[in-house]
Amino acid sequence: MTAILRRGADPLSPPLPDRPAARRRLLPFSPWHLLLMPLALLFVLPLVQMVLTSFMTAADINRFPPRLIPTSLSVAGYQGLLAESHILRWLGNTVIVSAISIVGHLVLCSLAGYGFARLRFPGRTVEFFTLLATVMVPIQLLMIPTFVMFSRLGLVNTLAAAFVPWLTSAFGIFLMRQFFLSLPKELEEAAKLDGCGAFGTFARIVLPLAKPALATLAVFTLLGSWNDLVWPLIAISDERFYTLQVGLTTFQGTRRTQFELLMAGNVMATMPLILGFVLAQRWFVASMTFSGLKR
Amino acid sequence: MVTNEIGRTTTDAGPPARRHRSPVAPSGAERGRPDQRWPRRRRLAANAMTGWAFAGPGTFLVVGLSIFPAVWAFLISRTRWNGIAPPRDLGWGNYQRMVDDPELWASVRHTFVLTALFVPSSIVLGLVIAIALSQKIRLITFYRTCIFVPFVASAAATGILASYVFNPQFGSANELLRLVGLPPQLFLEDPKQVLVVICVIALWGEVGFTAVIYLAALQDIPKDLIEAATVDGANRLQVFRHVTLPELRPVTVFIAVWQTITALQLFDLVFTTTRGGPLNASQTVVYYVYELAFQTQRYGYGSAVAYGLFALTMVLTIAMILYSRRAKVEAF
Repeated sequence: MTAILRRGADPLSPPLPDRPAARRRLLPFSPWHLLLMPLALLFVLPLVQMVLTSFMTAADINRFPPRLIPTSLSVAGYQGLLAESHILRWLGNTVIVSAISIVGHLVLCSLAGYGFARLRFPGRTVEFFTLLATVMVPIQLLMIPTFVMFSRLGLVNTLAAAFVPWLTSAFGIFLMRQFFLSLPKELEEAAKLDGCGAFGTFARIVLPLAKPALATLAVFTLLGSWNDLVWPLIAISDERFYTLQVGLTTFQGTRRTQFELLMAGNVMATMPLILGFVLAQRWFVASMTFSGLKR
Repeated sequence: MVTNEIGRTTTDAGPPARRHRSPVAPSGAERGRPDQRWPRRRRLAANAMTGWAFAGPGTFLVVGLSIFPAVWAFLISRTRWNGIAPPRDLGWGNYQRMVDDPELWASVRHTFVLTALFVPSSIVLGLVIAIALSQKIRLITFYRTCIFVPFVASAAATGILASYVFNPQFGSANELLRLVGLPPQLFLEDPKQVLVVICVIALWGEVGFTAVIYLAALQDIPKDLIEAATVDGANRLQVFRHVTLPELRPVTVFIAVWQTITALQLFDLVFTTTRGGPLNASQTVVYYVYELAFQTQRYGYGSAVAYGLFALTMVLTIAMILYSRRAKVEAF
């Protein structure tokens, strides 16, 4: 009995009598390290090199054989970037676009998700399936008409062209609907009996319970809108309204081999999200897996 | 439920006197609802208003930014149009032209090669990494962070970084080859290697996601299944082969579909590493659509090619789902 219980406690290494013991004698550590350590380095070293290169001088970069560690720290890359591009403006634009996208997603998706999950109104089923159908439409089909539409609405060369496509999404509405469906109805019914209207119930009772789902939605929207290249690329040609991603790619077109500049730009474009991820990793990964895969 | 309510509106629209009934009289089905003091018709109208106020704005935006442009794209695809001059109707002309456009077929071939390289390797690698990351050993949080971090970096930044790492002159990839004693390569500048290198870069950025999904699925496998198999005398390999793998099948189908769509629509990486080059060797269908529309202003033909890619994506996705249904995997 106790043997079985102990097995249950650690199912991934069933206590077969001979093998684990023999292995432990061969290596002072788990053999999985032999696989994971090189893999982890392979994944993280390019990013380390990106940061290190951004602090190198051009001479250091062009040295043969190439070296990973700079001989001296230099901020020439960042200075060049500040002098020759509108990088701070692009950073500001990206922050604005992401902030508006997140607010839009949180407000519109939670409202619509609640509507579909709890309210009964004519047209609801049709509306919901129309919404689901939009998931099938791929982005490349939308590039041309959306560009034409934006140019007719006067949105070309404004920040709106970058955030309007991110204000809401069928995925987000679906995510919120699934979450609201999983909440017990009793609280809302009690609120209703106490004379709370639909909106009051939603704002005071339901939203505070929805924090995990809202966090997931915010993470996805942040990743998507911060890293988006397609929409700002096709609809913004005025340098002042570039987002970081577009700014960097056009900058890359003209500075093909000035790697200290390019890597400095890369650091500015990726580090905010990477630092955020490392600091809030547990929560971040929980968000990724919360995303409806474990329905 | 909706039809139910709509049904009630029509049947209950009686004479005016009936509608203004006593505010407390419960109407059977409606008993206990707090809003019953309103006349039914006005209440239904109010329900509709509330419902639309909640669901309307979001739905309107999503539909306006996807269904509407998708239909419009179909209309555009039947014309010759540069966005300025009035469009000229071509009927199915653009679609016929696709049949003998060698550049299109080349980009279809590149897209297929990329998909065939990317999808299986992302599944296998993701699964191996997930199994390794599910071990209870030291440093596991560090490993998880390292492997997932590239997923957070944008495809544009990844592409720019990759064009540095794989630079034949200054890049560290060639330096690594030199240390192992292999000859230097041209990587992204060699038409024969470019698709493989782009696939490696895409894997670097995407495999963390696959691994996280598999990791969650691994943790969801009921412990008693593994226990039972172990008690019956299965060794670790047999447990993996006969318990773990079958349990992971639905997730595998999901990942296969997801990554196929990712590979078919790969744009950002191609744009920031090669812009379709060298010698168009890495031009994918999405990149071709972008070039047609935004470099040469051929909106009509570009839309037709985009519809072709849409059809291809649908066919592949549906084929995978049907196959998984026949294999009795309940993924969707």
